[in-house]
Amino acid sequence: MIEGILIGLTTALSFKNIFMVMIGCFFGTIIGMLPGLGPMTAIALMIPITYGFDPATGLILMAGVYYGAVFGGSTSSILLNAPGVPGTVATSFDGYPMAQQGKAGKALAIAAWSSFAGGTLSAIYLLFMAPSLSKVSLSFRSPDYFALMILGLTAIAAFSSKGQFLKAMMMVVLGLMLASVGQDSLSDITRFTFDNMNLTDGISFVLVVMSTFAMSEALTIILKRNDPTAAAKQVSLTELGSIKINKEERGKMYRTIPRSSVIGFLIGVLPGAGATIASFLAYGMERNLVKDEEKEKFGKGSVNGLSAPETANNAACSGSFVPMLTLGIPGSGTTAVMLGALLGFGIQPGPRLYMTNPEIFWSVIMSMYIGMVILLILNLPLIPYIARILAVPKNYLIPLILFFSITGIYVMSFNNFDIYLMIGIAVVATFLRLYDFPMPPLILAFVLGGLMEENLRRSLLLSNGSWEFLWDRTLTVCILITTILIVFWHIYKTFTKNKY
Amino acid sequence: MNINTTKVISLLFFIFSAFYLYTAYQIQVFAFDENAPFNAKTFPIYLGYAGLFFSGLKLILPDPDTIKVEHKTLEYKKTALLIVIAIIYGATILKVGYFLTTSLFLFASYYFLGERRWILMFLLSFPFVAGFMYLLHGVLEIYLRDPFLKSIGVMG
Repeated sequence: MIEGILIGLTTALSFKNIFMVMIGCFFGTIIGMLPGLGPMTAIALMIPITYGFDPATGLILMAGVYYGAVFGGSTSSILLNAPGVPGTVATSFDGYPMAQQGKAGKALAIAAWSSFAGGTLSAIYLLFMAPSLSKVSLSFRSPDYFALMILGLTAIAAFSSKGQFLKAMMMVVLGLMLASVGQDSLSDITRFTFDNMNLTDGISFVLVVMSTFAMSEALTIILKRNDPTAAAKQVSLTELGSIKINKEERGKMYRTIPRSSVIGFLIGVLPGAGATIASFLAYGMERNLVKDEEKEKFGKGSVNGLSAPETANNAACSGSFVPMLTLGIPGSGTTAVMLGALLGFGIQPGPRLYMTNPEIFWSVIMSMYIGMVILLILNLPLIPYIARILAVPKNYLIPLILFFSITGIYVMSFNNFDIYLMIGIAVVATFLRLYDFPMPPLILAFVLGGLMEENLRRSLLLSNGSWEFLWDRTLTVCILITTILIVFWHIYKTFTKNKY
Repeated sequence: MNINTTKVISLLFFIFSAFYLYTAYQIQVFAFDENAPFNAKTFPIYLGYAGLFFSGLKLILPDPDTIKVEHKTLEYKKTALLIVIAIIYGATILKVGYFLTTSLFLFASYYFLGERRWILMFLLSFPFVAGFMYLLHGVLEIYLRDPFLKSIGVMG
């Protein structure tokens, strides 16, 4: 292994590869900031370029783009509440309120440091645990995945503020219902399309996230323009605030980062899970672990609430390389694109990759660490400039948010229907937001909907229609017990406070 | 009489869930799949019942934190206007083309939101869209259909 690490280090530290990581990080950050263009698009755009390089360099460039795009997505989440990447949706829960309080610089700095720490720690985990973790990830079966999805959605209870449990659960169901529109993945039978061809492929994630977050946020701002209470709360957004993180905030991050990096990495290792679930779970876990006083700040600009998902999504990015490199199973959509690129190079990822092609395996792992350092060096000095986006007057900012949202959808589908659907969902979401119906549960449920149905289908078919699969395996039982404990804890807390 | 809007929303969600459930039962599955442990309508049926359950609970349980929205202070007119402009934008983007419709959408939105600095409005619409379009179409090679630019010979 030491020999492999040294080979990887030598390859990753070559001038060409360091340059590629820099280019990748910069390009990825720019692409990630544009709503609708996530890491998958960025990497897909890189594939034709990488074929001109050797496989290690090509993969290093794509890894740089991946990290850059995830960080870029965080920037638009924090500044505009427009997460261009599913993995950064949870970042907006506390990052955006922080920016609204005139602390945009600080929010971006916390995000940058948390991303760096999460990515670095997970690169270290990857270094030592990649081969053995691949075996563990293989032991997860459909019932375990289904139970994991249930746990993820139950963590919604943790996202919701006091007295919002039922509203959050209604939004979960609505998210799952939206995800069920379109062709059934196995039988190709169309559902809830009402003979509209535009709905056959289902509703895209970017459409839902853009309409419920960016667009409805823009409409809410206009709607509440003359609201004296909202105006009073609104600190001048021309204030960037300090990018320095004080001692108290550092203390909070020191506690949050290690645990979030572990959960992020472990979730990332599971094939099919990825940065989105990791960031939501880390956010929910953090909210449950902090003191009651800090818990109240969640959703209103909590340092822990921002640091946790940012750490976890970057840690999950590294984690998702484990199943891809060691098993040939992509851990996320983005690594699926990278897997395609690897196959294009004539390399078959699998358990023997780190023996047959150690320079590829280890150089990618080494370049992840280098990528993290470069990402931090590139982004920290740019924060004051990036945060100036908020200084743009609302008369300009709102139309520009609408423009980015609509363009994001238009370049994906090139049809009018998606734009109408987006506007329709945004109007409903704006109305629901007025009455404190939370949107994050809807998004998480929408993301998990397809996976959840798929794993339930496999579990039920394997058990011949019996629900025994829920208690057949120890792992499934453990996950479900955790879920039940969370629900009962929440119900207990709710009823003791007499709020539903 | 004061109507609790949260309850009204819950009632609407209850009706929506009932409709969803009805539609789920109507999904036509293959004959050999009809009695399978899991088919295309199994998951939607569970979802329909879940929707009825949660919205039903919200309807019957007391709601101590009634949210009051001051409708008088809300800017319904400007919001509706912006939505209408966005719909017109969506309706014309394919026929007219990305450049002109997007530029006009931005220009009109700035105007209706109260902006009157014409030069800035112009700069942040037409040249801004041209630059953005160059980034997408020219640099990232994302095809953008534009009959208008094609008709004047700017785009191939």
